[in-house]
Amino acid sequence: MYKKDFPVLNKGITYLDSGASSLKPSIVMEAMNDYYNNYGVNVHRGVYEISHIATEMYEAARERVAGFINADTEEVVFTRGASSSLNIVASSYGLANVNEGDEIILSELEHHSHLLPWQNVAKVKKAKLVYIPLTKEGRITVDNFKSVLSDKTKVVALTYVSNVMGYVSPLDEIINIAHQNEIVVSVDAAQAAPHKKIDVKKLDCDFLSFSAHKMCGPTGVGVLYGKKELLNSMDPIEFGGDMNDDVGLYDATFKDAPYKFETGTMPIAEVIGFKTAVEYLESIGMDEIQRHEKTLRDYAVEKMLKIDGVKVYNKDSETGILAFNIENVHPHDAASVFDKNGVCLRAGHHCAQPLVNWLGEVATLRASFYIYNTKEDVDKFIESVIEARDFFGQF
Amino acid sequence: MSDLNNLYRQVIMDHYKNPRNKGLVGDANYKKFHVKNPSCGDDITVQTKVADGTIQDVKHDGTGCSICCSSASVMSETLMGKKVTEAEDIIDNYYNMIKGKEYDEDLDMGDAIVYSGVANFPARVKCATVAWQAAEESLKNE
Repeated sequence: MYKKDFPVLNKGITYLDSGASSLKPSIVMEAMNDYYNNYGVNVHRGVYEISHIATEMYEAARERVAGFINADTEEVVFTRGASSSLNIVASSYGLANVNEGDEIILSELEHHSHLLPWQNVAKVKKAKLVYIPLTKEGRITVDNFKSVLSDKTKVVALTYVSNVMGYVSPLDEIINIAHQNEIVVSVDAAQAAPHKKIDVKKLDCDFLSFSAHKMCGPTGVGVLYGKKELLNSMDPIEFGGDMNDDVGLYDATFKDAPYKFETGTMPIAEVIGFKTAVEYLESIGMDEIQRHEKTLRDYAVEKMLKIDGVKVYNKDSETGILAFNIENVHPHDAASVFDKNGVCLRAGHHCAQPLVNWLGEVATLRASFYIYNTKEDVDKFIESVIEARDFFGQF
Repeated sequence: MSDLNNLYRQVIMDHYKNPRNKGLVGDANYKKFHVKNPSCGDDITVQTKVADGTIQDVKHDGTGCSICCSSASVMSETLMGKKVTEAEDIIDNYYNMIKGKEYDEDLDMGDAIVYSGVANFPARVKCATVAWQAAEESLKNE
């Protein structure tokens, strides 16, 4: 029933790659066009009416996005996307606070965007990366987290929802334990924010990162949430216009967060479009979105388990991600059958090479469901799975 | 013929299941080049041995989809025994064919001609060219 809101779906495609990037409803593009057509000027700088409007709209978006995750407005930094946010945490907080011999706890479920920034911190600071052992299903558990926790642990950096398996990490308890040990927790919520209600106060995470483009918003903008006192204690990693207070020839002072992390002209249209995307999602309701995805996923899994020659890696996952392979068919070969049928899904290592290695595969297929998908999409997907199996079975 | 049947010809699947000239050798007379497509994991190494401007031997090894692995096998048979200059012409012609550009249909490319169907699947161009890129690099400066 939401299909009509998404112009790309007029092409008649079956879009099952929302885990990579969601489609955008036309109201998001309209909001961006409205900015460009009516007040498309810079923010925080001009002393004239339309610049004031642009500033108001930009800051209203911050307030709206903050409300979406129950953060205070000044705790929301706009970034280029989740990757950029996760990099700020590692490069600013991490490099300043992690020391030689310290340990950073990660998991093999991490996206490269959460893994590589901390790999860099570990190399530069001679710290150690420690991985939570996954269960044989591929999950993070509180017990396994405790098994790697030590008095050297300085940072815990975990995904909220795995981009390959769709599992929800038990963060409430992990964060609670981490804080009892004065450990800071960075959460990669890129796959969580589009699909489930997030309350940063209740979760009590120290940092939380996500992207607009996976949640019906524009590309090129994302959020770094950080607790106020943490953000204010951190150094900026980019310096330039708008982030400073007083600038002299040899020294300068910087604004408080979030502004000290937003130098240069930000993606203003995208921020404004992001606000509309958040409003769109909330008009449907995050619980309804989660329920809808789960219904489609359960329907798909039930059908998949009845097909011989198909391997599902995450049959009990609680979100709308289905990781699978067709036996004896390389994912890229299978992908061309889906492509021919207009079914868009992901084939490869999903920017999570350690996890795909953990699965013992070179690559996997991933179908991910979102609010605009229907049971008909699942049926079309299942037909392509069978066609791919049969087509390659003939050789 | 459907696009899919045209992409996955019998001869391609035969080279995938029964690759020719597969396996690298530890011989200093061979030059070696490794190409990896990090977005999908296709990973091919090609070795070439050239004497008097002629390709004496081609070896390959690696992992990937059927288009990638079979094309390594087909490439090895196609380039074997050719002069390096002839091989360069074949490689260019092959790239043009794969990318749907104009190419010389009369140039002898052996079984490589069966990859013409890739042009209808632009997302697979990389798969079909990984091994050929490795060969191209390995033959450079010969």
